[in-house]
Amino acid sequence: MYKNIFSLISGLVFGIGLTIGGMTNPSKVIAFLNITNNWDPSLIFVMGGAIAFVLPSFYLLKNKEKPIFASSFQIPSSKNINQKLILGSSMFGIGWGLIGLCPGPAISSIAFLQPLSILFIISMMSGFYLTKFIKI
Amino acid sequence: MIDIINFTPYSSLIGGLIIGVAVVLFFITTGRLAGISGIVSSTLEKNENKFSNLLFIIGLVLGPLVFIFFSKNDVVFKMTSSIPLIIVGGLLVGLGTKIGRGCTSGHGICGISRFSTRSILATIIFMIFAMITVFFLQLLEIS
Repeated sequence: MYKNIFSLISGLVFGIGLTIGGMTNPSKVIAFLNITNNWDPSLIFVMGGAIAFVLPSFYLLKNKEKPIFASSFQIPSSKNINQKLILGSSMFGIGWGLIGLCPGPAISSIAFLQPLSILFIISMMSGFYLTKFIKI
Repeated sequence: MIDIINFTPYSSLIGGLIIGVAVVLFFITTGRLAGISGIVSSTLEKNENKFSNLLFIIGLVLGPLVFIFFSKNDVVFKMTSSIPLIIVGGLLVGLGTKIGRGCTSGHGICGISRFSTRSILATIIFMIFAMITVFFLQLLEIS
């Protein structure tokens, strides 16, 4: 019950942060990625600000045995640098650069009721689904 | 050249810190890392944490609305890409984040903050590829 309430609150706070930070505007993201021409470096501050808060918090929480409303912490255990990581991240980078939307801001942009952002989300979800048919 | 007119270091820093608060709140209460691509794809495919994931997603959509309601600010959403490009871009983001197991939030924020080598490498790769892509779109005048 509390886990669900805090999921909603976390999503909401995350969405507010994305909006204030400027991540939900694809043209701002493109201006950030466009380093050779009239570069707008603002979005470095979004990632930097987030890491500046999360990194020390994770450090302080590292000896905590369990989360408040769940039985255990779920942290990815994989340490392998493999082909999938490199190929997947490259594909994601190209897609992000083409449009200026990554998954979080894409979902938040539903709020603006723009048909094109809905089209992007449907395409992204199709991409998730298509990985079932790809063997790497 | 740096674009000084549109440069928003303060609001971007505040936005980033707020995202950080959300990541830590989610982690300390549910024990999970807020990687959005993972949350969205597992909502579609798995029953585990389905309701909790769905609520996180609803929260993400409410975020801009709550901000607009309380701040009375306009929020700009400008996407000038053509329909075919949006479909290709969306597919690549979906395929890529699933194959590479993370996006800007999962690798870029959570992973880097955990000093995960995988995530640091993933973030460098997707940033470089995104910048190269934008460079060529400009060069070839594609939108």
